[in-house]
Amino acid sequence: MTLATERQPSSEVGVQAAEPSFLEIRDLKMYFPVTEGTVHQKVVAHVKAVDGISFSIARGETLGLVGESGCGKTTVGRCILQLERSTDGQILFKGRDLTQLDQKALVPVREKIQVIFQDPYSSLNPRMKIGSMLAEPMRVHGIIKDPKQRQARVNELLSVCGLDPKFSDRYPHEMSGGQRQRVGIARALALNPEFIICDEAVSALDVSIQAQVINLLEDLRRQFNLTYLFIAHDLSVVRHISDRVAVMYLGNLVELAGGDELFDRPTHPYTRALLDAVPIPDPEVESHRAHKVLQGEVPSPMNPPSGCVFHPRCPLAVDSCRVSVPQGREISPGHWVACSQV
Amino acid sequence: MAIAQTAIENIVPEETRDPWYVQFWGLVRRQPLGAAGGLVVLIMLFATIFAEVLSPYDPEMISFEHMLVAPNADFWMGTDAFGRDILTRIIYGARTALFVGFTAAFVGSTLGLILGVASAYFGGIFDLVVQRLVDILMAFPLIVLALAVVATLGAGTLNVVIAITIPFIPQCARVVRSSALAIREIPYVDAARALGFGHSRIILRHMVPNVMAPYLIMLTTFVGHAILLEASLSYLGLGVQEPTAAWGLMLQGGAEEFAESAPWVPIFPGLAITLAVFGFNLFGDALRDLLDPRLRAR
Repeated sequence: MTLATERQPSSEVGVQAAEPSFLEIRDLKMYFPVTEGTVHQKVVAHVKAVDGISFSIARGETLGLVGESGCGKTTVGRCILQLERSTDGQILFKGRDLTQLDQKALVPVREKIQVIFQDPYSSLNPRMKIGSMLAEPMRVHGIIKDPKQRQARVNELLSVCGLDPKFSDRYPHEMSGGQRQRVGIARALALNPEFIICDEAVSALDVSIQAQVINLLEDLRRQFNLTYLFIAHDLSVVRHISDRVAVMYLGNLVELAGGDELFDRPTHPYTRALLDAVPIPDPEVESHRAHKVLQGEVPSPMNPPSGCVFHPRCPLAVDSCRVSVPQGREISPGHWVACSQV
Repeated sequence: MAIAQTAIENIVPEETRDPWYVQFWGLVRRQPLGAAGGLVVLIMLFATIFAEVLSPYDPEMISFEHMLVAPNADFWMGTDAFGRDILTRIIYGARTALFVGFTAAFVGSTLGLILGVASAYFGGIFDLVVQRLVDILMAFPLIVLALAVVATLGAGTLNVVIAITIPFIPQCARVVRSSALAIREIPYVDAARALGFGHSRIILRHMVPNVMAPYLIMLTTFVGHAILLEASLSYLGLGVQEPTAAWGLMLQGGAEEFAESAPWVPIFPGLAITLAVFGFNLFGDALRDLLDPRLRAR
């Protein structure tokens, strides 16, 4: 626990040190080793999926996490869930550092942190009926011991998620994508969690079903006082559901602000480019708009650029961006940005 | 906002299934060879269960009046050098073959299944060590490894089962591991971990049921292999011992001495072995085709 006082987070975007947070991420790093050789495995490089990010989430809040594919947003979610053991940094959930807990000590924490996955087809075990899939976590954690009461709770979970209790006798392949995603949500709710990570939870669904599932998630948040980390790449969905939005680029957090603030006054050049790429649903306006398309490709996270990771593609970059890592600063209350030029 | 959510998602699709005999006939038409293999398997099962009722004589009764009798109305497949009825011994031999075959195949592939899935699930050093051990065991041909085990443990039916089981474990573990590696990356395994399930629950309840297809295929082909191995070991005198009726043993008792003077002694057990192995292999192939979703979708 001494680590907390000794280490200085490299980018302090969004850290509110004063109040004890519901969830606080401090300087989280996740490096995946790249190995060579079959018997004697030698580490030749690291993929820096998450490279020192810090933020916090208050109870009852929805934090949107956006960024391009491969920017590390899913890895952040997996680290919080302790599906990956992070390389460095702290994940404080209600004051306890999850990275210091062993598998056994994590079990009670896992009840409180749940996840909804992107793909409704692969996130359900095809060999299990919906009913036993929802009852299993309650049985394992000994929450409801009586099988009859457990079935009643399964039926309740299904109807809360807008599904007929009849579905508990069905297998996943007998259901549609939207129905399966609702089962995924019901499973996440089975243990009465406080915090749910929605990892691209609606990205794989049709637009009409997407709206239904988003509404369901909002209803559930109110009903059960849930906190969400909403990982997505669809900016309109994120704006709709999030209280605050964090933007990631190549394993780093570049900007964090209240939802409307970020979308109305994007400050970081990357956020601006990201929002600029969203088409406007009016051909008249769209044809007169000047697009500022980012030049170049996203660099490899195996060998990220020095200094500010965004400098090779940044329209505002100056010489100092090549060497010094920009520190996060608050440009207006609650609006953090990691860029020296704005 | 909340109104739209419940309406559309409640259409429960009604299931329609053909009656079993229609499905069965469809199966026979799609997989005629597999059905023939299945028939051989069924005949062997039938012979095993009703050996006492089916067989006309006692398999171990020695009769000096009827030594090396050619096939006739009383002895359909003739008699051997001890005057024992060959048909009776073939029926009882099916029992030995199936017992050894099923036990070795089931135990071997099940241990391989669990080892393979665990190896894929834990990964890292555990996976590395298990896979190198599998490599070592797989470097031996089946029969050589089985011979080595029998040579260590001694002959006898149970030791034959053990000797045949051991080479099956790494074979099944290798095949199952590759399927399990793919499954480990599927989100429902992550979901199970996020729900705080233990390792054994994730392996047995969430991963093993999803590698059943390769497991069942290995199991059926292993039965054929095991029957052949048992026959080979018995033929070499290292397997099942006299006077128990076993096909390999019957072949041994007839092949060299009576190949010309009384060919029925080696021919019928040889035919039985061939048919049984052929039957199980065809059955296993058909099962593979049926369980492979890419081939099933038509």
